[in-house]
Amino acid sequence: MDDLLRNYLPVLIFLAIAVVMGAGMVLAAVVVAPHDPDPEKLSAYECGFNAFDDARMKFDIRFYLVSILFIIFDLEVAFLFPWAVAFGALSVAAFWSMMIFLIVLTVGFAYEWKKGALEWE
Amino acid sequence: MTAVDFTFLLFSITLICGGLFTVISRSPVHSVLWLILAFLSGAGLMVLLGAEFVAMLLIIVYVGAVAVLFLFVVMMLDVDFAVLRAEMAKSLPLALVIALVLVIQLVMVFGNWQTGAGVVMNDLPNSVGAGPHNTASIGLLLYDKYFLLFQLAGLILLVSMIGAIVLTLRHRRDIKRQDILAQMYRDPVKALDMHDIKPGQGL
Repeated sequence: MDDLLRNYLPVLIFLAIAVVMGAGMVLAAVVVAPHDPDPEKLSAYECGFNAFDDARMKFDIRFYLVSILFIIFDLEVAFLFPWAVAFGALSVAAFWSMMIFLIVLTVGFAYEWKKGALEWE
Repeated sequence: MTAVDFTFLLFSITLICGGLFTVISRSPVHSVLWLILAFLSGAGLMVLLGAEFVAMLLIIVYVGAVAVLFLFVVMMLDVDFAVLRAEMAKSLPLALVIALVLVIQLVMVFGNWQTGAGVVMNDLPNSVGAGPHNTASIGLLLYDKYFLLFQLAGLILLVSMIGAIVLTLRHRRDIKRQDILAQMYRDPVKALDMHDIKPGQGL
């Protein structure tokens, strides 16, 4: 247990360095940089004329579809990791179990491809 | 206080702060960023518990995919959040009642908390077997002992994939698409047609 955590010590140190650097840069910007606030500096800039409308607008649903498909394959990969780690000690049933799982998801992938969900107009 | 305890405190404070600011921050995009911080510190806590696999899953799936999905949803919603917030004041009493019920439930749960005989609270990571290598022990159990659940998970993923496509995919018919097969099978000899046109005559 302690061995495991000792393995993660470099990650923790790295994390600490990252936090210190990030916070340091933000703080340095607050302390060192010249500070002269003006409402015009914060207003939206659209090539010289006033902004037409809000920055918040309707977004193509296809971004959402791509993201959902990404999550699904991400989860598939997540199931593959323990299988790969324990591969040497797995039973035959476990091997074929994963093959069935992959075939099921390949059916989905084929459907997706055939439907053209991976294409962008 | 050992280093482990200190790290635990650090991660739990970040987790609670992340959760708190997820709820109270003004801009929904900031909320999602705080949520990502909460997920990350949750992953840190999981590592401290010895559950490496769950920690990495939190980072890969939740931070890498779910949070991105949330960002898309937040950006896609064409909602004026200021108006929404103003209307929220109306339903505040109901929200308070629900919060009170939740608090009472929490108090009741912790009031009746009992550790069963012979259960050691801190012994969880090694209880699966095969020592600290959590991922390997999950791998040894998941695929044959829990075969049915594993295959059901696969089917759920399939259904969600098909469902997402059926619900959102709208093909536009009025645009030209690239047909790669047609391009590859195109015969360059047939593409060009030579005509010998006599002077003074049309084609």
